[in-house]
Amino acid sequence: MTKLKINGEIHTIDVDPDMPLLWAIRDIIGFTGTKFGCGKGFCGACMVLMDGKAVNSCQLPVSSVGENELITVEGQTENLQLLQKSWEEHNVPQCGFCQSGQLITATALLNGNSNPSEEDINNAMVRNICRCGTYPRIKKAINHSVELKNKG
Amino acid sequence: MKDVKNVSRRSFLKGLGLASGGLIIASGTTLFVACEPKDIVEFNPNLFVQLNSDGNLILVASRSEMGQGVRTSLTSVIADEMEADWDRVSIKQAVGDAKYGDQNTDGSKSVRLLFEEMRKIGAATKAVLITAAAKKWEVPASELRAENHFVIDNNGKKIGFGDLVEIAKTLEVPKDVQLKDPKDFKYIGKYLPSKDVANLSNGSAVFGLDKRVDNMKFAAIKRCPVAFGTVKSYDKTAALKVKGVIDVVEIPMLRKPFGPLGGVAVVATNTWAAFKGKEALKVEWDLGDNNAYDSEEYMKQLTANVHKKGKVAKTVGDVEGAFKKASKTIESTYQLPHLVHAPMEVPNAVVWVQGNTCEVWAPTQEPQRTRTEVSAFLETGEENVTVNVTFLGGGFGRKSKPDYIVEAAAVSKAIKAPVQVVWTREDDIQHGYYHTVAAQYMKGGLDKDGKVTGWLHRFALPSIASTFAPGTVDPAPFESASATNVPFEIPNMQVETGEAPAHVRIGWLRSVINIPHGFAINVFADELANEAGVDPLEFRLNLIGSDRIEETKNEYKYDTARLKHVLKQAAKNADWGKKLPEGHAMGLAVHYSFLSYVASVVEVSVINNKVKVHNIHSVIDCGLAVNKNTITAQMEGAAIFGMSLAFYGKITAKNGAIEQTNFGDYQMLRMPQAPKIYVEIVENNEKPTGVGEPGVPVIAPAIVNAIFKATGNRYRTLPLKDHKLV
Ligand code: FES
Ligand code: FES
Repeated sequence: MTKLKINGEIHTIDVDPDMPLLWAIRDIIGFTGTKFGCGKGFCGACMVLMDGKAVNSCQLPVSSVGENELITVEGQTENLQLLQKSWEEHNVPQCGFCQSGQLITATALLNGNSNPSEEDINNAMVRNICRCGTYPRIKKAINHSVELKNKG
Repeated sequence: MKDVKNVSRRSFLKGLGLASGGLIIASGTTLFVACEPKDIVEFNPNLFVQLNSDGNLILVASRSEMGQGVRTSLTSVIADEMEADWDRVSIKQAVGDAKYGDQNTDGSKSVRLLFEEMRKIGAATKAVLITAAAKKWEVPASELRAENHFVIDNNGKKIGFGDLVEIAKTLEVPKDVQLKDPKDFKYIGKYLPSKDVANLSNGSAVFGLDKRVDNMKFAAIKRCPVAFGTVKSYDKTAALKVKGVIDVVEIPMLRKPFGPLGGVAVVATNTWAAFKGKEALKVEWDLGDNNAYDSEEYMKQLTANVHKKGKVAKTVGDVEGAFKKASKTIESTYQLPHLVHAPMEVPNAVVWVQGNTCEVWAPTQEPQRTRTEVSAFLETGEENVTVNVTFLGGGFGRKSKPDYIVEAAAVSKAIKAPVQVVWTREDDIQHGYYHTVAAQYMKGGLDKDGKVTGWLHRFALPSIASTFAPGTVDPAPFESASATNVPFEIPNMQVETGEAPAHVRIGWLRSVINIPHGFAINVFADELANEAGVDPLEFRLNLIGSDRIEETKNEYKYDTARLKHVLKQAAKNADWGKKLPEGHAMGLAVHYSFLSYVASVVEVSVINNKVKVHNIHSVIDCGLAVNKNTITAQMEGAAIFGMSLAFYGKITAKNGAIEQTNFGDYQMLRMPQAPKIYVEIVENNEKPTGVGEPGVPVIAPAIVNAIFKATGNRYRTLPLKDHKLV
């Protein structure tokens, strides 16, 4: 039995310890906001927050999560909600499939850096592919969130 | 989903085993409070509109949503003509059914083909509501108007749309209706945000991959590495040992345009177990006829075919004579590789076959073709197959082909349970319907004044037609069109085609044939400008020549004035000719496709042999701009899509098998490389034309032209990664 703390709730599941966290979240626990894009750590569609940092859940066996707190795109955390609002404001999503991952990576960025430069944003967001090409709007939405944050 | 359940509150409550009041029912983001259980009366004047007596308006989107914003664009047209309050609108996705008309979401034509029809539907609904109010108030309808979900009389007395439902139901819906004056549009022509933006930002939108059905299994399929190879034998022992794997079944190959490739499916209780089981599975293949396909060798063959005379697709004047008389001729050969769609969401489908009925939930661009193919496979009537369309995590043409859905039908039938077939990213890259690979030879003649007197365009590329009719070696007429309708005023022109047999499945990918043709035409025009010693912008405007309307087979006439206008605007917006920093340069391209006119000017720098694109100025004339938010987004996305293919796009085959595997070796543009993108939409009231695709073909040639300007190096093959520029 593996215990996972996701979005503030404990889930006890019976899976192979080497099952990637992505599939435990999607297929066993049933939160489908976290996406499968490549399964190899290339695209960032599967990002979740682990103790506030963005991790590719397709690369993380459930056994290595331990007591760490996980937050998915469905979860509640200040920077995520702030970013989601900016995403709406700037009409970021096209197909939307990559956006959970983009939002999680951006949340982790703001968690660690309340005033990221353009370079900081690029360095963080380079982990996420958007095949629809929403990068310019993602950047605007992140900057918008930063402004809101710093206004208080 | 924002769909409001299509049931009355009373039956809804009954269904939940509850009697009445005080209950809040949440359906996605739509909350409705059922304090006073009172039947909601529905008014369905047509297939696309459901007005409820509580005023909620449910509009049906018949086309698939894959990021192009079609759900919002189409329904906002109805709402506008209807004078509905957009906040009261929720969108319902249509199932695949011919009663909705053509639902094929492809070819940048949803808005173009449905705009008038959606307007009429909205206008007719408004007319009935006005008549209903006239009846109720016993006044002439001519004294009433509709505004923001109300019918209003001249004194300002008003009644809500919902309150008119009972009467409206008894009335006939008029056929001939007055459409609005475009200057009165409220939603059309504005930057209307997508209705789905919140759900697409909080994880609640249901993509195909997110669909869950009770007792659903998951399956992954091992397919032959070579297209149309077949299973000789397989050993399932190791696969069955994987925890979670429950079954292994063979899938037939149906050599039809959209039939499965065939293979062996591993069925499991979760996706990961299915993937692991697939890896463990041992299959012996009969590789079939395509096992010698080597894309490098093949390119040599295609190139040889364009270096000799081909079949003539168009001829004007005497091109050979023009070359003889020319004071200068130049020749160039362009080579572009296969590409694959790689939508962010891999192909997948949930199918549940029960006896001779079947239900499908799938991210599909073509629900009706899906219905036809699945029912043919199951040998059952179409009426027994329900195709529910989920959100699509990108399509780009890949999800027009329902092979992956028929696969799921085959697995469900075999295991007698609902199943979700999930492709791995490797499957997606290695078993696609590939964008063609192309060799093109261009020859141009210039007179002593630098005027172009002769133009020869010869191309060879495996045709999409080969997917429908195996053995086809010549392009289909539509695959010549973007070369034959080149809008240049040159007295002697010829377009020829060479043979090109296909060794993989060839499909259509965002902007299709316009990618190779737009590239060769725009780069060669730039080469001619350089040869003539004329600025590329001036040269190109001269090449397009006089203002004229070119005859076409449809009502959309090809207007060279509009083409020149987008080019001039893009140049103006980019400040073409301005002084740029060291190592920087601009390049341009202009192309007409999907009935729209697009030009882009890009600014690049090449420093230490590395290219960076700094900004892109694109201008589109797509007729009346129905949703400027969507159009801008599509043009931004098209620029990124075009850059991905210019920088990295290359699929190669060896021994018949695709060599690339995943995003590690089939790379995509990422945020640090994304330039600033500026989009201008030309304002006019012409008929709306294509938006999703026409932004793509100009990007790669504009970049190549800019690199030439910056470095003097002309790159005639893509991707730029092969030239170590990225
Ligand atoms: S799915 Fe995990 S990085 Fe792509
Ligand atoms: S919005 Fe479609 S992949 Fe990013």
